[in-house]
Amino acid sequence: MDKKAAAAREQAYQRSLKVHGIIRLIVCILITVISLFPIYIIVINATRSHEAVATQGVAFLPGGDLINNFNSLLTNEYVAELFDPLKGYLNSLIIAGGSTLLAVFFSGLTAYGLTVYDFKLKGAATIFVLAVMMIPTQVISVGFMNFMAQIGLLNNMIPLILPSIASPAVVFFMLQYMKSSFPLEIVEAARIDGCGEFRTFLQIGLPMLKPAFAVQAIFAFVASWNNYYTPSMLFVSPDAPKTMPMMVTAVVNSYNFNEFGAKYLAITLSVLPVIIVYLALSKFIVKGVALGAVKG
Amino acid sequence: MKNDSTSRHKVISYAKYGYFFILPFFLTYAFFMIYPLIYTFILSLQGNGKKLGEFVGFDNYRALLFGGSDSLGLHQEAFWSSMGRTLILWAGNFVVQIILSLLLAVWFSDSRIKVKGAGFFKVAMYMPNIITAASVASMMVMLFAGQKDNAINSMLLNLGIIGEPFDFISDEWASRIIVMFVQSWMWYGNTMLLLMSGIFGIDTSIYEAASIDGSSGMHTFINITMPILKPIFIYVFITSMIGGLQMFDIPYLFHTGADYKPHLETAAVYIFRNFRGSGNILGRNHGLAAAASMILFVITVALGIFIFKFNSESTGIKKRKKKG
Repeated sequence: MDKKAAAAREQAYQRSLKVHGIIRLIVCILITVISLFPIYIIVINATRSHEAVATQGVAFLPGGDLINNFNSLLTNEYVAELFDPLKGYLNSLIIAGGSTLLAVFFSGLTAYGLTVYDFKLKGAATIFVLAVMMIPTQVISVGFMNFMAQIGLLNNMIPLILPSIASPAVVFFMLQYMKSSFPLEIVEAARIDGCGEFRTFLQIGLPMLKPAFAVQAIFAFVASWNNYYTPSMLFVSPDAPKTMPMMVTAVVNSYNFNEFGAKYLAITLSVLPVIIVYLALSKFIVKGVALGAVKG
Repeated sequence: MKNDSTSRHKVISYAKYGYFFILPFFLTYAFFMIYPLIYTFILSLQGNGKKLGEFVGFDNYRALLFGGSDSLGLHQEAFWSSMGRTLILWAGNFVVQIILSLLLAVWFSDSRIKVKGAGFFKVAMYMPNIITAASVASMMVMLFAGQKDNAINSMLLNLGIIGEPFDFISDEWASRIIVMFVQSWMWYGNTMLLLMSGIFGIDTSIYEAASIDGSSGMHTFINITMPILKPIFIYVFITSMIGGLQMFDIPYLFHTGADYKPHLETAAVYIFRNFRGSGNILGRNHGLAAAASMILFVITVALGIFIFKFNSESTGIKKRKKKG
């Protein structure tokens, strides 16, 4: 009797778990659809003609006007001065690539210096890095832009690349990583073998920090690629090296150019590289999001 | 033995290498952050428009914080309403974001009920966060802007839901809700992953003990999960607020249109417009833009100190335990 009751209870419990599981699955599917729907819409609309988009708005199936849209995007005289995808990709790639390389290399160097060596200001320097981590660069932009104008660096890529040498959040992440998985004995061993300090960093430190580099490089790259505020403050002259996000917003907001399909195509071109990189590296990214943020 | 080796090291002293290695960071930081910060402060003490570069003392701060009867005093209203709008846009997005991400984080880390395809869901849900905000804003402009011929209006018209086109951008609350939606859409995946890392960090034996004691799902969540998540919660709350104070791309790009509507002018947009001198009373208002930046800076630092204090308090307990 007791066994039967227990079995029935167990069965009811299992059934309720199953029902809950299905409800959760449905909610997750719904939320995923909402997450992906806007992205889907822009890609689909990039393949539709201006008339189709203007009269029917949203569609679920692609149209056949992708090539037409490409043509009007590349040949229209108003667009030509606003949007040059190859140049945009190149500018964004130089800026994002350059600042990523500097950010990971110098953050690695700084974290290594703060972990391996003992010196008087070590504690103070570490606290400083942690303390300034939260300060966003946007609040100093007025002084920054005036300063850059004074030293003649307006409309130049340098102010978007060089500051990455000091990336407190990346240093913080590297510090955490080194604390948990960097054996200091190996540095001693290298010293005994007569290896110079900087060479030890390059040949032993850097390779050991590789996993941490990978995660931080992705985030640094995406953040720089997506940055709109700083470049749009810095690039004021028409022949400045405009980045992809700047070009896209210029095309979309242009009144002289009114091809909806082509405008959607411009947006698609700007998000496509990021989506491809994301899908290729999503495993690391999803795992890496929380790593830099949570202490201990 | 150990003492011996450390004292021998001190003879060779590697300390200078420590300074060499951290030097590039600090030089760069001083050049590109600290000096611009000081310079921003100096500019905040200088005039606007035609008085650009003239020392005016704390006039800009006086105007922004307390107003005044001169033309500068008009900026008090403009600045504080931009702060208010920032707060509204941030709060609306945060509430949706935190509820959604908490729910999903708890589901994805529930060991009793495994959601099928959780890996795929996580990847899809985080995707909006890596997409260029400027492109997302452009997309929203395409979907909602314009009078009749935008995508959403023509869809709603075709379906017969609305009789005539609706101006989503000029309408104060419609445009705000769209911006809030986009902000939560972009950030809930990120918050979810942060909260999940906190939940996974909880020792599972606590849950086993709770279920043996007869604690059920909701009860366990409120009495065990929530208190342990508190530090991450505060972290997410404050960092989101600091980020929210800088909110620029989406509100700025979403309201660029023929007729400028200020209902999406956040604090960052206010600073940007005064810096650039677009459509303002005095032209290029570098002094006001700098003073407003300094006010944001002070608020950010205060929020940062709050997290720092909170974190060191909770880790302070651990330290004391170790000593004792």
